[in-house]
Amino acid sequence: MHELAITEEILNLVLSEASRNNAAKVKDVKLVIGEMTGIVNESVAFYFNEISKGTIAEGAKLSFKRVPAAGKCRDCGHQFVVKDFIWACPDCGSLNIDITAGKELYLESLGVI
Amino acid sequence: MMDIKVLKPILGANDQRAQENRSLLEKNRIVAVNFTASPGAGKTSLLLATIKALRDEFRIGVVEGDVSSAIDAETVAKEGIPVVQINTGGACHLDATMISNALESLPTEDLDVLLIENVGNLICPASFALGEHRNVLVASVPEGHDKPHKYPVMFSKSDAVVLNKIDLKPYIDFDQDKFTAAVQGLREKALIFPVSCKTGEGIDHWASWLRDQIRVEQSN
Repeated sequence: MHELAITEEILNLVLSEASRNNAAKVKDVKLVIGEMTGIVNESVAFYFNEISKGTIAEGAKLSFKRVPAAGKCRDCGHQFVVKDFIWACPDCGSLNIDITAGKELYLESLGVI
Repeated sequence: MMDIKVLKPILGANDQRAQENRSLLEKNRIVAVNFTASPGAGKTSLLLATIKALRDEFRIGVVEGDVSSAIDAETVAKEGIPVVQINTGGACHLDATMISNALESLPTEDLDVLLIENVGNLICPASFALGEHRNVLVASVPEGHDKPHKYPVMFSKSDAVVLNKIDLKPYIDFDQDKFTAAVQGLREKALIFPVSCKTGEGIDHWASWLRDQIRVEQSN
């Protein structure tokens, strides 16, 4: 839902990292996105295609590594992947869960020439 | 082709700006509180009730975030409180740059507290740090007791949850025990303040907590 703002930040980061590495062209952009960020890959790709026009990242291929939501039960210590966004421990049923993964949002690597 | 390992947060630039806001706030000894909620939960009503409860003790400023319109800012300005309206023009959250710009328009040397009303939305504001000292989530009885599990990230980062519209409880199937279990499941130490901005019930208790938080931050 907030993909335009996020994609602008992605493009800024891509361009600054590419320029720091004296790249002439960005070919690949590898992103890591947690399931809990609510970000839709297709929407990011769509905006990126539009706003990167005229930059060295125009036409770059985006790939997305999605990280599932995961939790750790504060009562029994069980660690688990959250399925269907059910925030209860699948072992003991407790609702006391610390979120341990799924909020990731970072640029992993760039392929440049 | 060359592969460059980057491993940098996409919102790193926003986080950096949020840190700068925080430094500026602390330089001026201002405590900032970020209010998030779904549309219609009663953020503005809670802000007005909070201003009324604390204005004799603290000099309060307000930032109003909305996609469009200045209705909320006008309501707050009627109270004689310095207020900046941010219209995000479609964006569903406030970000650190918007707060930085708003701070330039506020009399920062004459404020103790900044109340920030984020855009009505519990998803995107969770990703954008502003430089705030406390996060308060406003939920309301008609939204249902399962709200925390629908928006786990925002609930998990909120220091307190104000549960508004408790005067409607007789008319709505709302299980407060389930709500409390879900909130404290996602954030163990989150406090819940049941209030009615309409009748005033619970506002004293909420305001007393906020007063303590402001004092704690001021003494740091």
